[in-house]
Amino acid sequence: MGLTLEHVDRIVDGETHLSDINLEFPSGSRNILLGRTLAGKTTLLRIMAGLDRPTRGRVLVDGKDVTGVSVRKRNVAMVYQQFINYPSFTVYDNIASPLRLQGVPRREIDRRVRDVAEMLRLTPFLDRLPSQLSGGQQQRTAIARALVKEADLLLLDEPLVNLDYKLREELREELTAIFERGRSIVVYTTTEPTEALMLGGNVVILDEGRVLQSGPTDRVYHRPESMRAAEVYSDPPINYLDAVVEGGQARIGERITFPLVAHLEGLAPGRYHLGLRANRFFLKKRTDRDVALESVVELSEINGSETFVHVSHQGFSLVVHETGIRSHKMGAAVTVYADPAQFFVFDQEGTLVAAPDPHPAGPSARG
Amino acid sequence: MDKWESNRAWFLILPVFVIVAFSAIIPLMTVVNYSVQDIFGPGQRFFVGMEWFREVIHDERLHNALVRQLAFSCMVLLLEIPLGVLIALAMPKKGWGVAACLVLLALPLLIPWNVIGTIWITFTRPDIGLLGKTINDMGIAFDHTARPLDAWITVMAMEVWHWTPLVALLAYAGLRAIPDAYYQAAKIDGASSWAVFRHIQLPKMRGVLTIAVLLRFMDSFLIYAEPFVLTGGGPGDTTTFLSIYLVKIAVGQFDLGPAAAFSLIYFLIVLLFCWLFYQALQNVGTGESK
Repeated sequence: MGLTLEHVDRIVDGETHLSDINLEFPSGSRNILLGRTLAGKTTLLRIMAGLDRPTRGRVLVDGKDVTGVSVRKRNVAMVYQQFINYPSFTVYDNIASPLRLQGVPRREIDRRVRDVAEMLRLTPFLDRLPSQLSGGQQQRTAIARALVKEADLLLLDEPLVNLDYKLREELREELTAIFERGRSIVVYTTTEPTEALMLGGNVVILDEGRVLQSGPTDRVYHRPESMRAAEVYSDPPINYLDAVVEGGQARIGERITFPLVAHLEGLAPGRYHLGLRANRFFLKKRTDRDVALESVVELSEINGSETFVHVSHQGFSLVVHETGIRSHKMGAAVTVYADPAQFFVFDQEGTLVAAPDPHPAGPSARG
Repeated sequence: MDKWESNRAWFLILPVFVIVAFSAIIPLMTVVNYSVQDIFGPGQRFFVGMEWFREVIHDERLHNALVRQLAFSCMVLLLEIPLGVLIALAMPKKGWGVAACLVLLALPLLIPWNVIGTIWITFTRPDIGLLGKTINDMGIAFDHTARPLDAWITVMAMEVWHWTPLVALLAYAGLRAIPDAYYQAAKIDGASSWAVFRHIQLPKMRGVLTIAVLLRFMDSFLIYAEPFVLTGGGPGDTTTFLSIYLVKIAVGQFDLGPAAAFSLIYFLIVLLFCWLFYQALQNVGTGESK
């Protein structure tokens, strides 16, 4: 089954939640809807599920218009942020409930429930009630309930957001493997770029109810077409510096100049925004062509085994992502290094002009 | 050193002791004191041991009042809980209707209890009451002052009218607390609305319904003002519930000793039933809430 959205708008009380969404989800594809909170991710899922009607536009399944078809008549499964299970059913009955409603024979229900439970490591808990489970197990039960239907369309609305860090990592890995096995169209919403990268497949970047960009997850990561898309698809948000290209070289601020290397070659003279993700900034010089930015530490935060150093350079706030735990004094002077070959270049309108080669060393480098 | 400090800590809870003593312990012990004495007047009292308890336990009118009381409270629960849940389910979920419904529901709860009795007297009087006259004009003889069944129906109707809103408000609060995602999930599964009620709404409301059952049972078991004003326990003693009978003994006949013994037994019965209900509701589907 393939799902197509054509010119979908959703307007509630005069407020535009979605505007002109055109997307295609081929059969068996894995899709990540990436966007900040209130970007319209949940609204889009609800329209795809058939819980809401689009204000304008059409939803097609295998080319057939299903825009007004009730959710009951579609073969859809959904997992939510909250852990949604029937409170008075055991784990087994919870997983079996959608099959019972479909009238599947008892023996087949038993087989399918036990298969899915095994896959999600719920077998020891089949006789428990949801309230006797941990949060992670409750969400596993909800995911099992969605998977057991073997629906054509499997929608997951930020399913891991309410779990703690460790459980999230664990379940994310398992889900990647489980999605690989199934044949349904999976649509998974998240606010986290890392999650999108781990799950792979295709990514759709949503922002304020519009699709900014869509395509294979890694391709979009390496070639964000706009500044906004690059911001949504970077955590911490991508850093921007203003630069001027003239006389065959680029200049940041008044004094820092560097030659137009690699993909920067051939940039027309003019003003540009340079984008660089936090993990491409370094506090040590790594190559001869590195640009040195004298900065002042504003804040240093430690997150797990990483350190995010917030610095300011000539009025620009930058974030440097260091691996390992380092401490930096507030107000200390640091030099931040960046390789010009890693800069994303956006024009004044915020459209991508040049992107760094993601595989510079590899023999079959792709644009 | 440690010992001294922990001893001094007792002084800090002394105020609580004083308040509880004056508000609960001393009044209760006074009743206990009365229950074992025969009191003729100030300074004229004799210790009689368990005599009053023996007398009260064998009092046939008290047995009848207890049976009547139990029947009344059970009917209250059977009528008010389902009705309250139905009203809560039918109430709007958003918009101006919510506020309107809440205000309408809260109105009966705000009226003083003896005024409720008065309202219902005038409402059901067969000669001039709006309801009483209408029913009689329809050819159905209805008089709550003369016919025991009519008196019961009137007291029940008044009680249901007065207190079902409380159950409805509690149930509504329970319903509103269910995240919308539950309903969506049920819709996607294709569950019927009965299944949604039975497997989502009812289990999720278990906590508030437990409170509703306890409150309504206790309150109806202690009911006094409304039936006293409406029927005065009559006709005969057909609507004489426990507390009406108790007041008759204590104030009407000034038998303080038996009345005190009766009060203690009454108190224990209420405690016992509350405990039983609580245990039963805890065990029905353990872990269904949350």
